[in-house]
Amino acid sequence: MSLPFLVFFFCAAIAIAGALTLILAKEPIHSALALVLVMIALAVLYLMLGAEFIAAVQIIVYAGAIMVLFVFVIMLLNAGSEERTDWSTIAKYAGLPLGIFLLLEIAHWMSRSAIGREVANGSLATSSSVDTAEMSRMLFNQYVFPFEATSVLILIAILGALVLAKRDDQ
Amino acid sequence: MDFITHHPVLVVSLVKIALLLFIVLTALAYLTWFERKLIAHVQSRWGPTEVGAHGLLQPLADGLKFLFKEDLTPPGADKFLYILAPFMALALGLTAIALIPFGPPDVQVLGQSVFLVANSSIGLMFVFAITSIGVYGVALAGWSSNSKYPLMGGLRSSAQMISYEVALTLSVVGVILLANTLNFNAMIEGQRGYYLHFIPRWNIVPQIVGFLCYFTSAIAETNRVPFDLPEAETELVAGFHTEYSSFKFAMFFMAEYANMITVSSLATILFLGGWLSPFPDSWTFIKYIPPVGLALLAIYLTYDTLVLARGIAKIQLIVITLGAMAIAGGCFHPFVLNVIQGPFWFCTKIGAIMFFYVWMRATLPRFRYDQLMAFGWKFLLPVSLANLVVTALVKVWPLLVGKG
Repeated sequence: MSLPFLVFFFCAAIAIAGALTLILAKEPIHSALALVLVMIALAVLYLMLGAEFIAAVQIIVYAGAIMVLFVFVIMLLNAGSEERTDWSTIAKYAGLPLGIFLLLEIAHWMSRSAIGREVANGSLATSSSVDTAEMSRMLFNQYVFPFEATSVLILIAILGALVLAKRDDQ
Repeated sequence: MDFITHHPVLVVSLVKIALLLFIVLTALAYLTWFERKLIAHVQSRWGPTEVGAHGLLQPLADGLKFLFKEDLTPPGADKFLYILAPFMALALGLTAIALIPFGPPDVQVLGQSVFLVANSSIGLMFVFAITSIGVYGVALAGWSSNSKYPLMGGLRSSAQMISYEVALTLSVVGVILLANTLNFNAMIEGQRGYYLHFIPRWNIVPQIVGFLCYFTSAIAETNRVPFDLPEAETELVAGFHTEYSSFKFAMFFMAEYANMITVSSLATILFLGGWLSPFPDSWTFIKYIPPVGLALLAIYLTYDTLVLARGIAKIQLIVITLGAMAIAGGCFHPFVLNVIQGPFWFCTKIGAIMFFYVWMRATLPRFRYDQLMAFGWKFLLPVSLANLVVTALVKVWPLLVGKG
């Protein structure tokens, strides 16, 4: 087994363990930290695919900014531990099989896709890293419309949050 | 031996990491000595004098004291996070230093550069990534202690670090625009050359606004005076680390100094020309500054040994003097002289910034909390944004004019 292979499975295991902890932990702050762990494990996986810039942005934006806000809010509200309820009947009999079916479906289509074949051949692990300048050129030429549309969308979301937060003042 | 020849990258990197850790941890210890001494002299005191000559063994004594203190865990604390927090703070603080180039990349052993551990093509982004998760150490310490003052400290710290990170990141984008790269070595190479043959072509000249914004936010990011509200002792006992004792407290202390080293190194690389000498290459005598400076220090130490020191301090001073003389003599060798130029200037610049840090601590009073937030969001952020816009305009001006 090669070193990248081992690192991949190590990070994948950490990501899955983090995701499980996120759902199963009772303290909200433990859940939030588990999510940070998932983000960081994913960033390492991006790094192995040669996407250095995306990996760094993943950590800066998600782990370093958004999750810090989550933790901040949990600390500020001093949220207690969660209460558990029993599974609803629908979740028990329809949700679980459907969830497993969805996973299998994703695995099936991933294995048939171009990237899936590359992973199977082992050629993806040796892919060279993407140049940041090259990536920004693509972002501002080829994908400039979706990029700008996203920024407008985020602006609308910020305005919406402000309106909702300010409404009580009057 | 076979292993070394087959895995040169792994072996050399491990050796470099071990050496860097040793050097940085020693430097951290002596930064505490430097800070105490300097503040003392600003306030007309002597500072540490008792342990060793000039108090030089004080950091060692402090370390031993921390090790032998009782390690308390407050009842009701979240045990796992309470222990994790100081480890996270220190580990992240030290990791960022691995990306800092302390000297030119062409000094090599086994085909690998000696003065930096990891040469990433987007080094700057990685340093920001690592420092941006550094806030968890402080926030978790505050939360897991199960006590009100640490909780307040942790809250203040997270709010402050998120707020100033925005201005910090925006203030360096101007430099990235000028350098056209995110790689540290390429950034430093881009600052080579001189205005009027003697003023170094460093980024601080066109980016003076960016530098001031960066430096102010960096002080806030490292929770130092005048932005040390997370540990304001007059309001919050000791802030987020109130409940920590023994070596866990020492780890927070070391993490703070490691973060100071990181942000000073970034300031040096981005704005002050990294390991480049501030003087033109044609002034050959400048090369002899490090050995001559050491030799002058050795002469002062000799005077100190013979005239001022008493008792056991005299023996320690003799050892230090002989060491300084030996190193100074070794530095006159032409090969050594060329190799040490880069690290010498890099460390000198970091030292100057550290001096400034401590000077500010000895001089300035603390901000009030609302002033701190208003300053970050209503002043630093707009100014660094304006700096970015102006830099971008200057950069694309030839294109605009050419097309119009």
